[in-house]
Amino acid sequence: MSESDGNKNTNTEPWGGFDDNLIQGSGSAVIDMENMDDTSGSSFEDMGEMHQRMKEEEEVSAEAAATEEETGEDGEFLGMKGIKGQLGRQVADEVWEAGKRQASKAFNLYANIDILRPYFDVEPMQVRSRLIESMIPIRMINFPQKIAGELYGPMMLVFTMVAILLHGMKTSGTVIREGTLMGTAIGTCFGYWLGVSSFIYFLAYLCNAQITMLQMLSLLGYGLFGHCVVLFITYNVHFHSLFYILWLVIGGLSTLRMVAALISRTVGQTPRLILCGTLAALHMLFLLYLHFAYHKIVEGILDTLEGPNIPPIQRVARDLPDVATAAVNATVKTLGVFLKSH
Amino acid sequence: MAEVDESSKPMFAGLSDVSISEDIAVEGEINVPVRSTSQDDEFSTLDEPVKDTILRDLKAVGKKFVHVMYPKKSSTLLRDWDLWGPLLLCVTLALMLQGGSVDNKEDGGPQFAEVFVIIWFGSIIITLNSKLLGGTISFFQSLCVLGYCIMPLTVAMVVCRIVLLGGTGTGSFIVRLIVVTASFGWSTFASTAFLADSQPPNRKALVVYPVFLFYFVIGWMILTFSPSQ
Repeated sequence: MSESDGNKNTNTEPWGGFDDNLIQGSGSAVIDMENMDDTSGSSFEDMGEMHQRMKEEEEVSAEAAATEEETGEDGEFLGMKGIKGQLGRQVADEVWEAGKRQASKAFNLYANIDILRPYFDVEPMQVRSRLIESMIPIRMINFPQKIAGELYGPMMLVFTMVAILLHGMKTSGTVIREGTLMGTAIGTCFGYWLGVSSFIYFLAYLCNAQITMLQMLSLLGYGLFGHCVVLFITYNVHFHSLFYILWLVIGGLSTLRMVAALISRTVGQTPRLILCGTLAALHMLFLLYLHFAYHKIVEGILDTLEGPNIPPIQRVARDLPDVATAAVNATVKTLGVFLKSH
Repeated sequence: MAEVDESSKPMFAGLSDVSISEDIAVEGEINVPVRSTSQDDEFSTLDEPVKDTILRDLKAVGKKFVHVMYPKKSSTLLRDWDLWGPLLLCVTLALMLQGGSVDNKEDGGPQFAEVFVIIWFGSIIITLNSKLLGGTISFFQSLCVLGYCIMPLTVAMVVCRIVLLGGTGTGSFIVRLIVVTASFGWSTFASTAFLADSQPPNRKALVVYPVFLFYFVIGWMILTFSPSQ
């Protein structure tokens, strides 16, 4: 940042003048705008550097000119030239600094992502172990269980679920009239994560459970890992019974984990029942909803298009069965030809 | 006035008593005069013909495309970031992915707005994520890198379109699958070559995963695209 030159003390006007102290680096170390000094090609910082360079050059040449002309020139004449050059420079400087300060303030206010920085402070090993632990319920309910408060894992899981949901919606031929596929997927996943977290946090507040919002977000986020696994498998392999088994086992395990964590932090039978019953119901029903919301439509379309003689299990993507049956037919034909020719 | 000035010349402190008489002009232009000529060439690009500006920008964009095709660990992409290339690629991809009409039962492709939104919001989210994980890269540099690395996928889209002209059978599906997978891997590898260097070494995987997911979604959109008949 520019430093005020001690020689240029122009703070002599009765109205205060251009205060040299204004030209200083703003103290906030929050936003990287201040730290980008070597690799950034952004015009904003370049303007600052360019301005700084020109200012320094100006100062150097002005000082050289001043010392040179000191001996011969009229003092008044030098004073006038000094004021004009000085004034021009100061005004330009002031305009630049004011603009930069306003932009920095606005940026700091609205884009202060440093609030969230501590919640993303994780190692890959930690994320992996937490993903696996989210499927393992812990039976210790007399002592509050430790819940990690991080947001990286939950966010990545939500985005993964968005991707899986998109795939499921596409292969089931969902047609969304008002809105887009992407919007629906994102809305569903984020809405569930944020909405149910907030709701359970509110219930926890009513039931005097000791859990913070961050921990609730984290807990529910990691609970979505089971959902991702189940949906990934069942959107590709379409068997109803397989889905039910996976729903009970994997969904059940991740629900039990969350429920045990909550029970360990709540006192009293009724609050425990309310809190954990609600969470279990919402979590399991969400998985059920995600699976069936997109299968029904395919069933409906297939029935109307091709008649009811399609067996109910064959709810598969439109591209793949063509590929699969074509490949199978081709193989059978070639085998038949081969056998006939021998 | 002159006497006061002479007594405190280096400090200009005597100027508090200075009164400006009317015949001395105190108006003029607020120009910060640029002394050195080398800086003049570099910064005053307002006077050059438009052709020069466009050609210079096109050359910069083209140079970055070459860097994406052969991803080496150079810092050119990072230093002189620009968003023209990503915009061009995004619009091309979105136009090519546009399927038939909205009411078509065989909804062959996402609409333009969807692709546009996915690409830009995906890039923004990945950038925020990498910054939150302690990255040293700035916001726009990251957007620039992610946008330019969509190029292999755009090329794959063009190839898929050409292959689809020959029909939508098994062979075409396998060819498209191979092409899209290869270009998706290339995109991910190219962008990690630039992005992962700005992270602490043990957290590279945390940054790579969202990038992988992002290009996977785009690649999957390209693969499942089928033109309306």
